[in-house]
Amino acid sequence: MSAGIGVDLESLWIRFGDFVAVRDANVHIEGGDFFSFLGPSGCGKTTILRAVSGFLEPSEGNVLIGGKNMKGIGPNKRPTALIFQNLALFPLMKVWENITFSMEIKGASAAERRRRADELLDMIALPDQGDKLPSELSGGQRQRVAIARALCAEPDVLLLDEPLSALDLKLRQHMRTELREIQQRVGITFIYITHDQGEALTMSDSIAVMRAGVIDQIADGKTIYNDPATAFAASFVGENNVFRGKVKRVMGDEALIATNRSGDLVARISTANRGKLAEGDDAMMFIRPEAFAIAPEGATGDHFVTARVTHEEFEGNAFNIFTEGDGGKEIKVSIPNLGQSFKDHTGQNITLEYDARNAVVVPAGELAAE
Amino acid sequence: MPSFLKEFFNRNGTGMGLTILGLVLFWTIGLIILPQLSMLDFSFRPNLPPPEIGGPKDVYTLENYKYLIYGPEGGSQDYNTVDLRVFFRTLVAAVCVTIFNLILCYPIAYYLGQSKGSHIRIFAIMLIIPYWINEILRAFALRIIFGETGVLNTLFVGLGIWDTPFDFIRNDIALYAGLGYAYILLMIFPIYNVIESLDRNQIEAARDLGAPWWRIHWRVVIPYAKPGISSGCTMVFMLSAGALAAPQILGGPSSLWFTQLIYQQFNDNNDWPQGAAYAVVLLVTCILFVLAMMRLFKVNMGDIGK
Ligand SMILES: Nc1ncnc2c1ncn2[C@@H]1O[C@H](COP(=O)(O)OP(=O)(O)O)[C@@H](O)[C@H]1O
Ligand SMILES: [Mg+2]
Repeated sequence: MSAGIGVDLESLWIRFGDFVAVRDANVHIEGGDFFSFLGPSGCGKTTILRAVSGFLEPSEGNVLIGGKNMKGIGPNKRPTALIFQNLALFPLMKVWENITFSMEIKGASAAERRRRADELLDMIALPDQGDKLPSELSGGQRQRVAIARALCAEPDVLLLDEPLSALDLKLRQHMRTELREIQQRVGITFIYITHDQGEALTMSDSIAVMRAGVIDQIADGKTIYNDPATAFAASFVGENNVFRGKVKRVMGDEALIATNRSGDLVARISTANRGKLAEGDDAMMFIRPEAFAIAPEGATGDHFVTARVTHEEFEGNAFNIFTEGDGGKEIKVSIPNLGQSFKDHTGQNITLEYDARNAVVVPAGELAAE
Repeated sequence: MPSFLKEFFNRNGTGMGLTILGLVLFWTIGLIILPQLSMLDFSFRPNLPPPEIGGPKDVYTLENYKYLIYGPEGGSQDYNTVDLRVFFRTLVAAVCVTIFNLILCYPIAYYLGQSKGSHIRIFAIMLIIPYWINEILRAFALRIIFGETGVLNTLFVGLGIWDTPFDFIRNDIALYAGLGYAYILLMIFPIYNVIESLDRNQIEAARDLGAPWWRIHWRVVIPYAKPGISSGCTMVFMLSAGALAAPQILGGPSSLWFTQLIYQQFNDNNDWPQGAAYAVVLLVTCILFVLAMMRLFKVNMGDIGK
């Protein structure tokens, strides 16, 4: 996997006037990886991508591509190709001219360009569509043309700015698989930007979770989901229930948390925070909806939560139970539907059980907006 | 009744609708079509003293048109070289003014269309306000700049760059500058309008794919701006070819504009049929030329309206 050209961001700061859009980003992107920046809208993802593609000079720090400092090198001279959020296909050029625009610049003959366009059109499964105008294609087809146009430039690094956000749900899920396949086939580095955690988790080798200009965590999807480094990462990626409180006791990799509402609960300290949490620190504990099970009534202990059920819903593959939770937020419990009989608990107290390995504690911090 | 008319009356009510329709018809038929048709009619009649109008000599004839080509009957030359030369020179000069204007205005329109912010509005106002000053005054102002003792000559001779004043007027530089300046807005605004709607990402996409700036313009911006460019060029060409004040005031003594010949026929020679024929020839030639250019550059008629 290390055949491709990697990208490094070294102490990267980007400011617009007084506003800091990117704060001290340090990222190593392995060559040939599918790397995602994941964060809510406005957190600075596009800004980072523009700094990598060369449309924006960093205020401080460096962008390295293949180990080479890109300072002062314009976007037309960098080995990157950018796929824009709105695709930015040229509306007056035919599909094949769009795709081979980068070859036209280098002076390739029309026949040569035509041949290459046909190859790429085959690859994106749009054979014989080369003579159409972009406006005559569907959204998903245009999407693929944009990919082909970028790939035709034979970049070492492909940059994608939320390229699927304009598509409907079905197509979006299909295109995830397709993008991942294309990346594996061409073997170049993909840097992918999204606010959709599903996209990031399904496609990426590695994910950087971003919050308001700061990178909170860089890891593979499984690690980010199971072992978040910050409260933001825990609450932004996947559904999660938060329990606020203070650290009562640290016991090796685990900690006992005196929660505000649910008594003392035990949880695993997330790897990034081991040795950093001490008694008395404000902490947040996270338990995923699917990590709970319904316990026998009256059970008590440091891995049981008792709360009043506010409402329930049936989602097909799961029953969801919502109980009163901490700080006005509900606790969501998701019980997989395996055909078992299911009792209505609305208005009653329920006792929930979890395994301390499935609960994770991080220092108290900012949560993702719902 | 066609549906658009029905809708028009439904929207405005019968009384109001009839009033508006009447005014529009009066405007197009009464003020434009009828006078032009009567000019056309004039152009095919001999120039007769008033008592003979409607008399036996008042018959349709091509002699006014023949005059432009062959000159006076029994004249010393086979062709009316003087007038023909003025005619073609006017057309060529109008084309030059148009091209010059396009080269000047495209960058301005591009800049205005692609930048954001309130300074654009200020820039636009600065372009528009000079047009509150009437055409004649603007032309004389240019004379002050280009005249023999004008600003430029005083400056350059004073600085010792030139020994003797340069005659901008005789060399038609003042005329071209005046004509160019007169229609700058008509070139800038149609182009600006189109370019303003061009997605910035397309320019960046082209750059990202490796295009140098000139190719971005050639392949992305100009094709997109074509409707605006053709609309601007058409207007500037038509108006330059038909301009009268600027050539009158800024033209050199030896370089007549064809409109000045038309003016002379109407006014000095009191020969309306002859003037009308010249005007018709100018109008028809200009229209044919524009249509030919539109075909050459593959522009649709609808684009001109943009
Ligand atoms: N050219 C700019 N001038 C000023 N502020 C900007 C500029 N570009 C982006 N920003 C600001 O930087 C922040 C991050 O923007 P962006 O990178 O586009 O976010 P994202 O792509 O994550 O949604 C936003 O608050 C945005 O308003
Ligand atoms: Mg963005």
